[in-house]
Amino acid sequence: MIKYILIVAAILGFAWLLLPLARDFQVAEELPPLASEYVQGSPRDLNMPNVVTAVVVTYRGLDTLGEVSVLFLATAGIGYFLKRRHHRKHERTPGSEIMRTGAKFLVPMIMVLGIYIFSHGHLSPGGGFQGGVVIASGILMLIMAEVQFEVSHRLLHWSESISGIAYVSLGLAGLILIGMNHFLDPRFWAAGPYLALFSAGAVPVIYSLIGIKVGSELASVLASIQDEGEEV
Amino acid sequence: MFDQIAMVVLGLISLAAAIYAMYAKRVLSAVIASGVISLMASIMFLIAAAPDVAMTEATIGAGLTTVIFLYALKHIRSRKGDKHD
Repeated sequence: MIKYILIVAAILGFAWLLLPLARDFQVAEELPPLASEYVQGSPRDLNMPNVVTAVVVTYRGLDTLGEVSVLFLATAGIGYFLKRRHHRKHERTPGSEIMRTGAKFLVPMIMVLGIYIFSHGHLSPGGGFQGGVVIASGILMLIMAEVQFEVSHRLLHWSESISGIAYVSLGLAGLILIGMNHFLDPRFWAAGPYLALFSAGAVPVIYSLIGIKVGSELASVLASIQDEGEEV
Repeated sequence: MFDQIAMVVLGLISLAAAIYAMYAKRVLSAVIASGVISLMASIMFLIAAAPDVAMTEATIGAGLTTVIFLYALKHIRSRKGDKHD
């Protein structure tokens, strides 16, 4: 009885806490000054139609670098806790006929979709994180369907480290070539024609590197979980 | 108007899935219901004109998180099986 009273009291407390948000809500007629600066500056200064990518990669580039490092630390932690304690191999259950045929058909398309999403992040919705997750889900489909498919941890390790190093060095290139206060500024690269694939300075390259990094990290997490789940 | 109706319907579906996930007998059904919540949230983001967030929610929330829950479930079951055998 006391438990239910406490639960109801907690819900009412939350409702009281969130009441001002609902009461004072009014539809904004125009963008706040910072947002309108982003919306106008993204096509004007950076030659980029997708404002979300402009904010993520350029205006808030340092936050993205922090996010990538947090993801790296999380992956390293998972890899440490799921390291193989026994090297005994266990029989993996093969995927069903539907799963195997579907994987043969779908995995190449999923990979191409992931590469498209991260290389066109400055033109259309999407970007490095989404494309990386799509690639990791394609690798997951291969792991589940094919028994003899082994993820090469060495390849994932190297692609992850090289893309991380290249990302930070592209940021440092902005600092060196443009000047102070321009860390992670993509404008040291030629801007190119508007709406072309290589059009927004270094942004397509940076987002592709982030995509490869996120994809290899998540694929290595999934492979570690699969290995750990198989052994006893 | 259609957008608001769709938002309310999707919100009600995700509420129902959340309540079902709490009271479901099988853990597997609860995991799938939590995936449904993420899917509904991603459609709601799409209606609210945020396709980037919708894409992230659909791939991570509905895809990877569900798969990781399923792997964890499988792992717990194999551990339990060992003790009983």
